Amino acid sequence: MRLVVRAADALGAGRLIPIVAAHVDSCLYHGEATVDFAQRLVDGGAQVSVPTTLNVGALDLLHPELWRGDLRTADRGRLLMECYRALGCQPTYTCAPYQLAFARPKLGEQVAWAESNAIVFCNSVIGARTERYGDFTDIACAIVGRAPDAGLHTSAARRAVLVLRMAADVPPSLLDSDALYPVLGIVLGRRAGTRVAAIDGIPPGLSEDRLKAIGAAAASSGAVAMFHVVGSTPEAPTLAAALQDAGPEEVAEISLAELRAARDELTTLSGGGEVGTPIGTVSLGTPHASLAELRGIERELAGARPAPGVELLVSTARQLLADAEEEGLAPRLRALGVELLVDTCSYIAPVLRPSPLPAMTDSGKWAFYAPGNIGVEVIFGSLRECVRSAVSGVVWRDPGLWGPA
Amino acid sequence: MKGRVLAAGSVTARALVLREPLSLWGGMDPASGELIDAHHPQRGASLSGRIVVMSAVRGSSSASSVLAEAVRAGCAPAAFLLGETDLILAVGAAVAEELYGVRLPVVVLPPTELARIHDDAVLRVDEDGSVTPV
Repeated sequence: MRLVVRAADALGAGRLIPIVAAHVDSCLYHGEATVDFAQRLVDGGAQVSVPTTLNVGALDLLHPELWRGDLRTADRGRLLMECYRALGCQPTYTCAPYQLAFARPKLGEQVAWAESNAIVFCNSVIGARTERYGDFTDIACAIVGRAPDAGLHTSAARRAVLVLRMAADVPPSLLDSDALYPVLGIVLGRRAGTRVAAIDGIPPGLSEDRLKAIGAAAASSGAVAMFHVVGSTPEAPTLAAALQDAGPEEVAEISLAELRAARDELTTLSGGGEVGTPIGTVSLGTPHASLAELRGIERELAGARPAPGVELLVSTARQLLADAEEEGLAPRLRALGVELLVDTCSYIAPVLRPSPLPAMTDSGKWAFYAPGNIGVEVIFGSLRECVRSAVSGVVWRDPGLWGPA
Repeated sequence: MKGRVLAAGSVTARALVLREPLSLWGGMDPASGELIDAHHPQRGASLSGRIVVMSAVRGSSSASSVLAEAVRAGCAPAAFLLGETDLILAVGAAVAEELYGVRLPVVVLPPTELARIHDDAVLRVDEDGSVTPV
């Protein structure tokens, strides 16, 4: 309770409001202080008072053999994940709790979620309400069942103040490609910072997987906790609705040139990952892959296997893996040589096979954090480019995807 | 000058003025207090025992854990003086006090006053959020 009140003071909230659920990120090991804190709660007999899901932890508890780091860190990471179960949290261990039917709040419900991509999805795509919670505050809110009455819990703070229009030179074929959306998210994060923006000029009914890609990237390059896509997100049936009938502070265009520049920055390998560049790894599923995305990977593989020496790894949630096992999808992917990782992520846990060659990804977030976290050179590409490159062992590019050269 | 107290405490130490915002997660090694963000212009500087001055905050919600871990390891900054409110650092400091009895002041100052603080100046931060040159 002291922590929640401290958070309320910092946010300038005059009171606390009840929440219906929580998503907790504190279960990822960052040193002994994180264990000391959890152990203190466990020893005190604390229990969560609302349904609470858990974010990724330090390791894949279902496939511990994938761990390539030191064993003591693995033990401490596992202990921390178990502490949070003991507090009554559900062992979901996913950064995409919104993909689990039982964990999805409803439009307008108040929750306390941590994990930047989950926060932005919750606010933007579901229309449930959370502020940006982080380690310690998330579990404190879950135990108390309350959150500060401030920020994005309130309607006024959810109004778009920045309008970003897609420029006329962005080709329809790009709007129709998965490759655009993580890059658009990187641009959104840079332009918006902490502000709520509305993106206009995208064909209505954008899929959840594409909205997820925008949000995850925007919360990496900026501190975006909410955005609107006019015609696609629930609080933006029209631009006027997103603006809550007020005028925007700023209106700007996103040009094809800006998108291409952001795309190029996601590739850290000098030379930019030209066609034919040898690769060692392909990492997909950041945030955790949905079932639709797992099926898409199988479709793109079309029965082919990764080239010898190339690791193709996909991260997902253990509950979705169980569904994929049941429908036969997971065994088919494994039979083709795809590694499936759950409970953690390949830029947090030491799981990738050491390789002197660069890694390729379709995730803006993975491209943003992996170079610093695990020291790999990254090449960004669309899902199709990633999968075909894995099969050939060298970079393949979709000609014309980003418009005429 | 006097600021808004996010976490109270009193300390006298040398200022370290960061020229760009820093996320502690991925930006500070909690085992040494060293600034490790490869993209930061002050990479390699030690934050340990310094009054860290930051006009804007950035980044990950895991920074609370990193701060608490740095306090545990005895390598944390002495205090933070910020140009804007940051829940993440305030909570990290609150948990560090609760677990290890170490009080690490976090104070928000008006940006104009923050800008007057020079690197290496010796400052005293008091319980009430007042900051005075020593």
